[in-house]
Amino acid sequence: MTLLTIKGMRVEFPSRRGHVTAVQDLTLDVAPGEILGVVGESGAGKSTIGNAIIGLLEPPGEMTAGEITLQGDRIDTLDEVKMRAVRGARIGMIFQDPLTSLDPLQTVETQLIDTIRENLGVSEREGSERAVALLDAVGIPDPAIRIKQYPHQFSGGMRQRVVIALALCGEPELIIADEPTTALDVSVQAQILDLMKGLCRDRNVGMILITHDMGVIAETADRVAVMYRGRVVETGTTEQIINHPTHEYTQSLISAVPPPGRRLARFPLVTYIEDAQERPEGLNLATHWLGQSRDYGAASDTLLEIEKLHMRFVTRGSIFPSKRLFLDAVKDVSLSIKSGEVFGLVGESGSGKSTIARMITGIYKPTSGSIRFAGQEITGLSRKDAAPLRRQMQMIFQDPFSSLNSRMRVKDIIAEPIHFHGLASSNAEAQKIVNDLLDVVGLGAQAAVKFPHEFSGGQRQRISIARALATRPRFLVCDEPTSALDVSIQAQVLNLLKDLQSELDLTMMFISHDLPVIRQMCDRVGVMRHGQLLEVSETESLFTNPQHEYTRHLLDLMPKFSGFGAQAAE
Amino acid sequence: MISFLIKRLLQSILVMLTVAIIAFALFRYVGDPINNMVGQDTTLEERAELRERLGLDDPFFVQFGRFVTNAVQGEFGISYQHRRPVSELIAERAPATLELSLLSAILAIAIGIPMGVYTAIHRDGWLSRAFMSLSLIGISLPTFLIGILLILLFGVILRWLPTFGRGEVVQLGWWSTGFLTWSGIKALIMPAITLALFQMTLIMRLVRAEMLEVLRTDFVKFGRARGLPDRYVHFKTALKNTMVPVITIIGLQLGAIIAFAIITETVFQWPGMGLMFIQAVREVDIPIMAAYLVMIALIFVIINLIVDMLYYVVDPRLRVDRAATGH
Repeated sequence: MTLLTIKGMRVEFPSRRGHVTAVQDLTLDVAPGEILGVVGESGAGKSTIGNAIIGLLEPPGEMTAGEITLQGDRIDTLDEVKMRAVRGARIGMIFQDPLTSLDPLQTVETQLIDTIRENLGVSEREGSERAVALLDAVGIPDPAIRIKQYPHQFSGGMRQRVVIALALCGEPELIIADEPTTALDVSVQAQILDLMKGLCRDRNVGMILITHDMGVIAETADRVAVMYRGRVVETGTTEQIINHPTHEYTQSLISAVPPPGRRLARFPLVTYIEDAQERPEGLNLATHWLGQSRDYGAASDTLLEIEKLHMRFVTRGSIFPSKRLFLDAVKDVSLSIKSGEVFGLVGESGSGKSTIARMITGIYKPTSGSIRFAGQEITGLSRKDAAPLRRQMQMIFQDPFSSLNSRMRVKDIIAEPIHFHGLASSNAEAQKIVNDLLDVVGLGAQAAVKFPHEFSGGQRQRISIARALATRPRFLVCDEPTSALDVSIQAQVLNLLKDLQSELDLTMMFISHDLPVIRQMCDRVGVMRHGQLLEVSETESLFTNPQHEYTRHLLDLMPKFSGFGAQAAE
Repeated sequence: MISFLIKRLLQSILVMLTVAIIAFALFRYVGDPINNMVGQDTTLEERAELRERLGLDDPFFVQFGRFVTNAVQGEFGISYQHRRPVSELIAERAPATLELSLLSAILAIAIGIPMGVYTAIHRDGWLSRAFMSLSLIGISLPTFLIGILLILLFGVILRWLPTFGRGEVVQLGWWSTGFLTWSGIKALIMPAITLALFQMTLIMRLVRAEMLEVLRTDFVKFGRARGLPDRYVHFKTALKNTMVPVITIIGLQLGAIIAFAIITETVFQWPGMGLMFIQAVREVDIPIMAAYLVMIALIFVIINLIVDMLYYVVDPRLRVDRAATGH
């Protein structure tokens, strides 16, 4: 017997420039206790399905065709009042970001009890008992005490557990989970997925799990629907989709996931996507401006050397030194990076990886310790003295949406560091360099006059790379450069970074929480936890023979998704 | 929390000292105080003697110290114009201004916030559009013009309300109130509306903007998705979150209502501190100006302190030490 059936759903967003069809001809069904994975890249219409089922499409979006039935009852035609009785009580929903899903001004208790009482109409006392029981069920220790706290007193993973408890308040038959673990660390992700699997099994609740992450699907879902541009291109059991995908898009999507088990020379591209593109050949970087004046004197073997680097943030100031509270974000870290090497830093959020990157590039001033770049100590340098060294190191940030000034044209964004460091003799020369840089990163010179908002996430990250290259750096710090991108786009950007690294002989520090990506990109890897560097080793030996216990733990948690590409290679 | 309060208190004292310097400089260096006090037929010797007796020859810091000591005790000298202690004059005039400001503030908040909430929830309703258009008038028309138009309509043409003064007042100790007589209440209506109109529209637009922002957040959507009724989502979830930033602005606006009552008081010849200040400016009555300046600054500082403490009440994220969180 099926729990939820969707037949021929079509969702349109009317706009002045005609209707945008977000979802079309969608037919799905979910059985009780079953987890249906809906996978696809951004813009494929995955989240729209969830919103349409629960009747909360963002206006002006509307469902223009098809029908949704929940245990035989048609729910897409219900009016607002009847629909509200379905929400919460029959269909629960879990959103992506646990940090923003909870009302910050009310205790967890109030939110839980109010939701239980609105949905089940029980007494205050029974509501309170149920609330504590729910927190217990989602694995929150000391539920009777923790329930009195506010959301900000919980960590990210704990908050997502609270969100799940809230979604279960009305005892729904179906749960729609929209990217429930995307904002979480790998170890927390594994726990939350386990919890959701257990809840579905024990309570016989059906679940639609919406995600972009093939690894999550492989670990959790019973069946999978693959979406591309608003359509389901393929449905099947998880085993079948992952090991024997029949549709061309599914095949290339799966092959684009970086395999954790081995190292590839290049990432396979998702060729099914129309705008998948490689960099045009033609520019010889070695002889081009970008490759010139790279003779930084005798290249010493070690480019960057960090010794006993320490960073302490004050989390609570007080006039009494004994009452001050500190957070030691980076604790006595020492490491060195050789010229031409790609050094990876891996660790969970809060482990201090980004703090190190920011100290190297001069955004933070270290509390103590030394950073030597090309043999020169840079921690104590004045702004002016540091400028020539800063020119040699550039940074690429995680979020391509906030790291570009949205009010500047692309050509001005890229030309800014050129002018700042006085690298071009004239405006015309700077313009020529900008155009070439855009060619190098595969955007083409016509991108120069546009504004950042006219580009997609992957294209914006290419602009960031062009900007970083504009000072002819020899050291590039990439702080999670692809974690905000889809896998197909990630493959393109990582290929680009690899090419540039080898052609320009760049030294790179590559920060990521994603072990498979680290394996593909890096020569050596450092593992960080709680501000400490636990282990540094050659990439292959780290993956095959981890020394530290925590590294082994991280490797265990890595999604066991071997993928179609691996299958094909065997 | 306590260290935060102490810090704020120290800042407030600094602000007050700065204002005191300005007020003192006004008193001491704008014109010659002796000239302002005595008649034209006073001889130079008499002037010199008065100067010495008042300590006007003492070094700057001694004089400033004396000024601050007196000001702390509410002593601002003798008004040149009225020949009476300034503190007495202010105590006499303050009730009129405070009653007017209080009523205006209540009007602005009690009408502004619900209108803001309504226009945010029913974003495209015809009533919301009407409110928004009307509020544009409130924002753009100057206060004195609204006052004069009100006087013309209700005072001159319809003759419903008095056009000037406070009407009959009742003395309660040193406090004179207009709330207890019919004519006092009638006299309050037009000035209060005039004074409240700008703040009301400002609060309405602010609440609307903040609320629209909050209604777009994930936790509001999550609230709807788990079946909470609109009433709950709008008022228990969204409104409370809206109030955090709104409190600051409202606090500052309350100060502004008292400070800028000057114009309204002038238009309606309202016997409050503002009107007294305007007259003092006209007569170069420096002690009154200095005292008024210090007093308004004090009101602003106190309101800001209260606003800071209100944050703690509304927002639990500030109440709890970060060290005690479950991270």
